Amino acid sequence: MQRRRAVNAVMTGLCALGLALALVPLVSVLWLVLSRGISALDLDFFTALPSPVGEPGGGVGNAIAGTFYIVGIACAIGVPLGVGAGVYLAERGSGRVGDVIRFTAEVLSGVPSIIVGIVAYGLVVLPMQRFSALAGGVALAVLMVPTLARSTEELVRLVPGALREASLALGVPEWRTSLRVILRTALGGIMTAVLLAVARAAGETAPLLFTSLNNQYWNWRADQPTASITVQIYNYAVSPYENWHDKAWAAALVLLLLVGVLSLAARLLTRQRFGAQR
Amino acid sequence: MTSGNGTGPKIDVQNLNAWFRNNHALRGVSLSVPANTVLAIIGPSGCGKSTFVRCINRMHELVPGARQSGHILVDGTDLHARGVDPVDLRRRVGMVFQRANPFPTMSIVDNVVAGLKLNGIGGNHAELAETSLQQAALWDEVKDRLHHSALSLSGGQQQRLCIARALAVGPEVLLMDEPASALDPIATAKIEELIRELREQLTIIIVTHNMQQAARVSDATAFFYMGELVEHGATEQIFTNPKETRTEDYVTGKFG
Repeated sequence: MQRRRAVNAVMTGLCALGLALALVPLVSVLWLVLSRGISALDLDFFTALPSPVGEPGGGVGNAIAGTFYIVGIACAIGVPLGVGAGVYLAERGSGRVGDVIRFTAEVLSGVPSIIVGIVAYGLVVLPMQRFSALAGGVALAVLMVPTLARSTEELVRLVPGALREASLALGVPEWRTSLRVILRTALGGIMTAVLLAVARAAGETAPLLFTSLNNQYWNWRADQPTASITVQIYNYAVSPYENWHDKAWAAALVLLLLVGVLSLAARLLTRQRFGAQR
Repeated sequence: MTSGNGTGPKIDVQNLNAWFRNNHALRGVSLSVPANTVLAIIGPSGCGKSTFVRCINRMHELVPGARQSGHILVDGTDLHARGVDPVDLRRRVGMVFQRANPFPTMSIVDNVVAGLKLNGIGGNHAELAETSLQQAALWDEVKDRLHHSALSLSGGQQQRLCIARALAVGPEVLLMDEPASALDPIATAKIEELIRELREQLTIIIVTHNMQQAARVSDATAFFYMGELVEHGATEQIFTNPKETRTEDYVTGKFG
């Protein structure tokens, strides 16, 4: 009895220690980014263009807008493809074709993002002869598709078969049933999956380095190089200027906030969905 | 096609066999159902009752590994004849399932007209929804909250909503697969009353585990056992004077 309690206490203690150790890097990252980044952060930082070396002020407004722009392009390409593939896998993917697609998606989701960047470079940048927001969007879309497809598949499979039967028994064709009943019912979860995919894509640097490159100015043209927060952080961080290092920290904080807000929104959406079911 | 062509039965099943992979679920079933009558199908679990009704709106064939042979004629036309589209057929032969399955993302009124909306069929949806809900004896209970979620209704109300939804498509035949088995006695009574009223317009086949229910609502009763049709006749005869001993044993509660 005494021994069992002692073992129990020791084990609980070890688990708590493991948790504490796992939290150390997370907390230190958050603390470091917050403490170093907050000083350079002001309203201008969100709205202004980057300033030249040595000049005070300036911001990463164009990079924030650029990240939204590139991720927006990625969503426009990747969400229909990923969700469509997921619905196909769930509804028709029981045969050999489905297995091949599933395997491909699995392999693709394990491909390092820089390789996806090279592919986008070859597919979009070389033929167009210039770096562009479109190329960046394509690279991020390729990264989004496999995870979106797999999570959509899981979510669609969760929709009760009784709803499919109800729709079919009303004389609704299968494709309409898939789109307007099954997909509609799974939509809350799919939105969450999309938000998480967006958050992940927004944090990518490697595939953007040689696709959308960078831009010192505002840009709204898909065929022009475009700034992004991640590439901006990279450029600031590798520069030799102390003043730019501060900006890199501040931009990192902005990116963390952005990704944090997206993940939180995804969480809230999920909770709302489960709340509604009760 | 309009309901009943005056001569033959509404539904004529000839030597129907059905399988799930190697499981022979229905064995040579033949029976016919006249228009505007209620046929009750009774029998122990796993005897093929559900499979039988699911063959009539061609839902059986959607199950992977399902096969069937024999003929089912609705108004004299074979369901598997060339040019018969299962999607059109299911609009003529509606179905209500054992567990109420309203669409959770739709409001009450949208659920009722879902068969039209999902197919992009226009028309006066509000009026159709009201008529269908009235037919399903649900209108008075939901008329003040038509735009609430269908999940806000009780189980019995949800099942009547599903009946209204099936009726809104304008079917000639209604298949009911144990529609009241998950409901309390009051909700069950409402559904049974509904079945008696709907007989004026429709031909109904109802699967039930409840023999009193079969006796109360049906004109004819068919007793299935191990995939075979053991006996089929007027409901009164089946319950008071069955010809087969297996039927007698079942309706008197000796097994099943």
